[in-house]
Amino acid sequence: MSDTLLDIEGLSVHFPTRRKLFVAVNKANLAVEPGEIHGLVGESGAGKSTIGAAVMGLLDRPGHIAEGTVRFKGEAISGRDAEGMRALRGAKISMIFQDPLTSLNPLLTVGQQLEETIQFHLKLSDADSKARAIELLDRVGIPNPSERINQYPHQFSGGMRQRVVIALALCSEPDVIIADEPTTALDVSIQAQILDLIKELARERQTGVILITHDMGVIADTTDKVTVMYQGEVVESGSTEQVLGAPQHEYTKSLIAAVPRPTLKVHRFPQLSYGGRQITFEIEDLARNWKRPEPTKSGTLLKVEGLTKTFLQSGSIIPSRRKYFTAVDQVSFDIREGEVFGIVGESGSGKSTVARMIATLYQTNGGKIFFDDREVTSLKTAKDLESYRRQIQMIFQDPFSSLNPRMRVDEIIAEPVRHHKLLEGDAIQHRVDELLERVGLGSEAGRKYPHEFSGGQRQRISIARALATQPRFLICDEPTSALDVSIQAQILNILKDLQEHLGLTMLFISHDLPVVRQMCDRVGVMRQGQMVEVDDTETLFANPQQAYTQELLSLMPRLEGLSTEGLEGEIV
Amino acid sequence: MLTYVIKRVLQSALVLLIVGLVAFSMFRFVGDPIDNLLGQERTDADIARLRVELGLDQPFPVQYYKFLEGAVQGDFGVSYRQGRPVGEILLERAPATLELAAVSGFLAISIGIGLGVFTAIRKDGFLANAIMSISLIGVSLPTFLIGILLIYVFAVELGWLPSFGRGDVVQFGWWSTGLLTASGLKAIVLPAITLGLYQMTLIMRLVRSEMLEVLRQDYVRFARARGLKARTVNFRHALKNTLVPVITVTGLQLGSIIAFAIITETVFQWPGVGLLFINAIQFVDIPVMAAYLMLISVMFVAINLIVDLLYFAIDPRLRTDGKGAH
Repeated sequence: MSDTLLDIEGLSVHFPTRRKLFVAVNKANLAVEPGEIHGLVGESGAGKSTIGAAVMGLLDRPGHIAEGTVRFKGEAISGRDAEGMRALRGAKISMIFQDPLTSLNPLLTVGQQLEETIQFHLKLSDADSKARAIELLDRVGIPNPSERINQYPHQFSGGMRQRVVIALALCSEPDVIIADEPTTALDVSIQAQILDLIKELARERQTGVILITHDMGVIADTTDKVTVMYQGEVVESGSTEQVLGAPQHEYTKSLIAAVPRPTLKVHRFPQLSYGGRQITFEIEDLARNWKRPEPTKSGTLLKVEGLTKTFLQSGSIIPSRRKYFTAVDQVSFDIREGEVFGIVGESGSGKSTVARMIATLYQTNGGKIFFDDREVTSLKTAKDLESYRRQIQMIFQDPFSSLNPRMRVDEIIAEPVRHHKLLEGDAIQHRVDELLERVGLGSEAGRKYPHEFSGGQRQRISIARALATQPRFLICDEPTSALDVSIQAQILNILKDLQEHLGLTMLFISHDLPVVRQMCDRVGVMRQGQMVEVDDTETLFANPQQAYTQELLSLMPRLEGLSTEGLEGEIV
Repeated sequence: MLTYVIKRVLQSALVLLIVGLVAFSMFRFVGDPIDNLLGQERTDADIARLRVELGLDQPFPVQYYKFLEGAVQGDFGVSYRQGRPVGEILLERAPATLELAAVSGFLAISIGIGLGVFTAIRKDGFLANAIMSISLIGVSLPTFLIGILLIYVFAVELGWLPSFGRGDVVQFGWWSTGLLTASGLKAIVLPAITLGLYQMTLIMRLVRSEMLEVLRQDYVRFARARGLKARTVNFRHALKNTLVPVITVTGLQLGSIIAFAIITETVFQWPGVGLLFINAIQFVDIPVMAAYLMLISVMFVAINLIVDLLYFAIDPRLRTDGKGAH
C-alpha cells in the first residue's frame, strides 16, 4: 500500500449554516492506486463532488474539512494552508469539470490558456511551451493542433472542448486526475471517445483517476474500482465487477435495479425502496374520471409527412445571399393510437424541433401534420387550433426552467384549464387537487411555489399540468435526462401507467437508448435532420438496418455485469 | 465586421440628423431671435433687413439645410450676445471641459474598477464592506452638494486647493491646457472629483457585481484547479470577462460626464462649455445653445460607436459571424 497515490481516510466535510450544521461528507474512505480508475457514484446531493473539491482545496465557503486526512503519496495534504494547496493543485492533482462549454475562458485562445498553465508549472520558454501545448492537443486527439491552437473555445465543438479541458489538466503532468462528470454533457459517441482517452491516459502515464459520475453505464465500462455514496456516506466500495455484479448494501442494490437495461425489458421499474422514498401514483382513480374520445377510424393518431424546418443562419438584405440551416429535412412517420413512439438521435439531430413543430410552437417550412385524420398544418381558425392544442400537451426536459417560479403550483396546473375554458369556478380547484393527489404530491402542494420541490417532484408537477386538459397525445422531450436514476424510474413508471390506463399516445424523445428500449413500442432514429430508420423497437434493437443505427447501438453501454436482482422481465 | 461598422456609422449619422433637427427647431420655436437682437427702437425696415440677412425669410427646409451645411463645416452662426462666431467660442471653451471630463473619467474608471475588483475578491472583508457602505453616499448625494462640501473642507477650511477657476493655462495652438502648471493641476482636483464621484461609485458597484458573477463560473474554478496564482485568475481570467457590460455603462457614463459637467462647472466657475451653456440660456443665446446640443450629441454618438467597436476587441465570439462550431 506504500505506492498509494491518494488516500482519503475518515474525511468529513461540514457546511455550517445559520440554522444547523450540514454534513456534506461523513467519514468517507477512498484510495487510488497509480493507473487505476476509481469510480465515485451516487445520486445528486450524495457528496461525491464535494470529495473532489475537498481534495483540491476548492471547497466553497463556509465548507471545510472537519475531520479526517487526505494523503498524497503518503504525505498529509489536508492540513495545508491556501498557498500550500495551490502549489499542489494542477501540479500533482488536476481536475476535469462537467461542462466543457463553461470550463474554458471564452475570451482567451485555447493556446493562451494552455501556454499560461504550462509556463506556470513547467517554467518553459514561450516557444517551448507552445510546442508542448501543440503536443498535448495532438495527444488528446485534436486534428491540426498547430492551427487550432490559435482558435477560441467557441470555435470548438463540445467533444473537442472537453479534449482541450483534458489537455489543460495534463499540462502539469499530474499524478492524479479528478474527473467530475466529464461526459455527462456529451453525446454518447463523444462520451465513448472521451472515456477511451481517459482510460488510455491512465494506463500509459500511470495516472490515478477519480471518476465522479451518476451514470452506471460509465462506471461499468470504465472503472476498475467503485465507491458508492449515499447522503454523504460511503455505503459500499470494492472492485467494479463485484459491486455491480453482487451488491451487498441495500442502497446499491436498489440503485442498480433502477438502471434501465439495454438487454432486459421490464414491465415496471422497481421503486427505489431504500430510505423510504416510495411514492404512490393512483392511476385507477384518474382513469375513472377520464373522458376518452372516440378512437380514430384509421388507427393512426398522428401522421407526419415530409416535415421540414429551416432556420436563418446569416441574414442579408439580398435574399440570395441569406444562408439557411436545415434542422429537419423531409421527415415522415406516423404514430398509432395508444402507442409510445420514440425518436432517438444525438444533439442537433432535429428531434426536439420535430416535437416543437407538432406542438405548433414552431412554424413548419414544408410538409404536413395530420392529427386524428385532420390536417393540422391547414387549420385556419383560432378555434380549431386551440382544440388541437388542448389535445396535445408537452413535458419538457428541464424541470427547473419549465415551471414559472413566480406562480403557485395550483395556478400552474390550472392555467391550461382556464385558458381552454374547460371548467369553471370550484371545479377548477377540484381538478387541480385531484391531479396533485394522483401524481403523489398531495393537494397541499398546490399552495407552494416550484422552488420548494426537488427535480423529480417538479417533473411530476409538469405531468399534472400536462394532464389537466385531459389530452390524447403527450410529447415528452427528454423527460428524465436531468433526473437521477431512481427518480427516472419513478417518472418512467408514471408515463407507462398513463399509456396503459388512460390510453394516451406518446411521442418520447430521448438520447438514452436503454430508456427508449424500455418505453417505446416503435422507434425512429434521426441524424442531421433526417429520419434514418423507423421500426418496431425490438426489431430495431435486435436487427438494425442502417449503418448509423448500428453504430449508435454499438456505443450503448452493455451493462451485462450488473446484478439483475429485483428485476422482473425478459432478457432479450 | 466591416458591414457592422458601416451600419453603425450610418445609424449614428441618422441620430445626428434628428438631433440637428431638434437643435435647429429651437431657432424657430423658442421665441423670435430678431426681438433679442434689435433693441426697443427698431423699425419695420430694420426687422425686414435683418430677417433677410440671417436668412430667416426662407422656407423651413431650406433654413435647415443651410444650418446643417454650416454645422458640418463647424459654422454654427454668430452668438447673439457676444457677436462672435459660435464655433470660435466653443473651440476656446472646449479644452477646459474636455480636460475636466478626461481627468474625472480617468479617476472614475481606474479607482472604480480597482475598488470593484477589491470588494469582489474580499467579499466579506471589513474594508470591502466599509467601502461598499461609503459608496452609497457617492451614489445618493447630488453633485452640487458634494462640490460645495469639498470647497468648504479643502478650499475654505484647509485652504489647500483653489475653490474656483482653472488656474494658469498653457496655450498649444488653439488648445489651452491647465495640466502643465502647478496652479492648473491644483485647480482641477476638486472639480474632477466632484464630477467623477458618482460615475466612480457606479462603476465600482457594477464591476463588483459582475465580478462576483464571473468568479462563480466554471472556467474560473477550472483556472484555480490548475493551480494558477490568484492574481492570474482574478485579473487575467475574471476581470476581462466582467468588462463587456462594464464598458457599455462606462461609455454612457463618460458621455454624461461631459453633458453633466454643467453643474460642476457652475459650482466651480470652471470656464468650459457647460458654463457657456448656462450663460447662453440666461440670455436666450440660441445659436450657442444649438451648437452645444450638437456637440454633446456628437460626443455621445462617437463614444457609443467606440464602445460597440470595443466589444469586438474584447469578445472573440462576436468576430466570427456565426461561422464557428455551434
